[in-house]
Amino acid sequence: MAGCAAPVAAQFRVEIAGIGGTQIPIMIATFRDQDKSPAAVADIVRADLTRSGLFRIVDVAGSFDERSRITFAEWRGRGADALAVGSVSRLADGRFDVRFKLWDLVKGEELIGQSNAAQPADMRLAAHRIADVIYAQLTGDKGVFSTRIAFVTRVGTRHSLHVTDADGEGGQIALASPDPIISPAWSPNGKELAYVSFESQKAVVWVQDVSTGQRRMLADFRGTNSAPAWSPDGQSLALALSRDSGTQLYVIARTGGTPRRLTNGSAIDTEPAFSPDGRDIYFVSDRGGGPQIYRTPAAGGAVERVTFTGAYNISPTISPDGKLLAYIARQGSGHRLTLMELPAGTPTTLSDTDDDASPSFAPNGRLLVYASRSQGRGVLMTTTLDGKIKSRLLSTGADMREPAWGPFGR
Amino acid sequence: MTLNFRSATLAAFVALSALGVAGGLGGCASSTPLDEPTVESRTPVPPGGAGGTGSASAAGTAQSGVSTVDLTKPGNAADAAAMANRVIYFDYDSYVVKDEFRPVLEFNAKALAASRSKRMVLEGHTDERGGSEYNLALGQKRAEAVLKSLVLLGVLESQLEAVSFGKERPVTAGGDEADWAKNRRVELKAK
Repeated sequence: MAGCAAPVAAQFRVEIAGIGGTQIPIMIATFRDQDKSPAAVADIVRADLTRSGLFRIVDVAGSFDERSRITFAEWRGRGADALAVGSVSRLADGRFDVRFKLWDLVKGEELIGQSNAAQPADMRLAAHRIADVIYAQLTGDKGVFSTRIAFVTRVGTRHSLHVTDADGEGGQIALASPDPIISPAWSPNGKELAYVSFESQKAVVWVQDVSTGQRRMLADFRGTNSAPAWSPDGQSLALALSRDSGTQLYVIARTGGTPRRLTNGSAIDTEPAFSPDGRDIYFVSDRGGGPQIYRTPAAGGAVERVTFTGAYNISPTISPDGKLLAYIARQGSGHRLTLMELPAGTPTTLSDTDDDASPSFAPNGRLLVYASRSQGRGVLMTTTLDGKIKSRLLSTGADMREPAWGPFGR
Repeated sequence: MTLNFRSATLAAFVALSALGVAGGLGGCASSTPLDEPTVESRTPVPPGGAGGTGSASAAGTAQSGVSTVDLTKPGNAADAAAMANRVIYFDYDSYVVKDEFRPVLEFNAKALAASRSKRMVLEGHTDERGGSEYNLALGQKRAEAVLKSLVLLGVLESQLEAVSFGKERPVTAGGDEADWAKNRRVELKAK
């Protein structure tokens, strides 16, 4: 074990701003023989739990694994309510057996013990799943550590659509292009990404199977095709099209075909977002002068204005329970992540940065990912809904933007 | 905006005249009496001092200086396009095609009306401020405003397509008003 900790620890640095309210103190012992596998399992679990804002990591002195005998009387005095221990061992077929045990040190009992075999390429996923189990055991809520995030980077003239773990690590490139890519959107089953690509020198909406790379043009009409948003059942997408002049909302089947027009006006209507029950579509319109967020039934009907504070409100996204609206509001010359309760709450600013964009809820509704700028570079941030715990997803120095948090499952 | 449209042209003009000045100096340097007081000769600097990416800057005073005009750089390509009547600039948050760009519209409308087989793409762009999708819609609105103006001048709608790049393809990456003004544009491109 000696000597393996230093480089690994640097890789999983989580930058935290602010202190949360109630945090569960937990100890995660370094897994036995994790240094002989492709992933630093315990380090990943610690970083995941820290980023959630609900845990405080307490250091563990000594080496332990799932077979270690835990004497509660000894452990209680060490400042943690829970303890996770485990090990990694290579199987004959090349996979790794990842075992762990979670102890409740307050009640003095074992909460759960698991053994899972993982392909070497899935070792990070195995670690995120352990973090999900711990999170679920101790908070009663579903964890999102094994979900994925899509985002776009720009290095010079090279634009890449990435898919990474929810911590920004383990990245793979789904699309590399000499032309811009914007607005990635996950299908509800997590298997496909819709996005806007300018590869044909205009905005065209594509849908790509994430695991096979197969892609198809979904909307390539006259003018601009953009802002794809999946319906919750995954059968159709709302889009912004300018095919009939002016940017207006349409709904198109996931297999393509003739789109059905949803809004009719001379103003800009764009950035549709379905409510989780699929009944309503929230969107941005400048029909009242500047851009504001509105709502209309997905089947068509009356349009209601939703935001009233400020002169510039864009990029709506609805929490999985349908109760919260996150969006970007202009304040002075800055654009800030803002949250409001639906249907008509008071907006709360969640950030103090000036260049926020593209908010997206984690599938459990506990975190938001959004784009911002730091020292002149595009970065991705996650925040808890009270804005107290923020972390920056690690980058390799590329400009990162347009994040979209994927659903549970992959 | 007017200023930037002109300063882009001016920068190119300065670059050309600087070459001329340098050549002239090379020819008459030896005939300048050494006992006469030095007269400082200045190259005019474009208003705002930005000068653009193609400006000669201090090259005018050095005799070995060669000013590169690099059309592969997006900024310079746009400057060149501006001279060729291919760019219309817009005020902040505006889709109004200003009167000063009427010659650009007429130049292109004439060419398109003369040959109905000619096609043109009108590419709307915005500055970097605000969201990518909303800017895409703003750029589209600008491109469609130019489309309508050209149709009023006799171009067939079928000869034109209005598209938008939003804020995705700025001609200059800077973050001040002069840069933003250069980026708020519609480029008229032969298809």
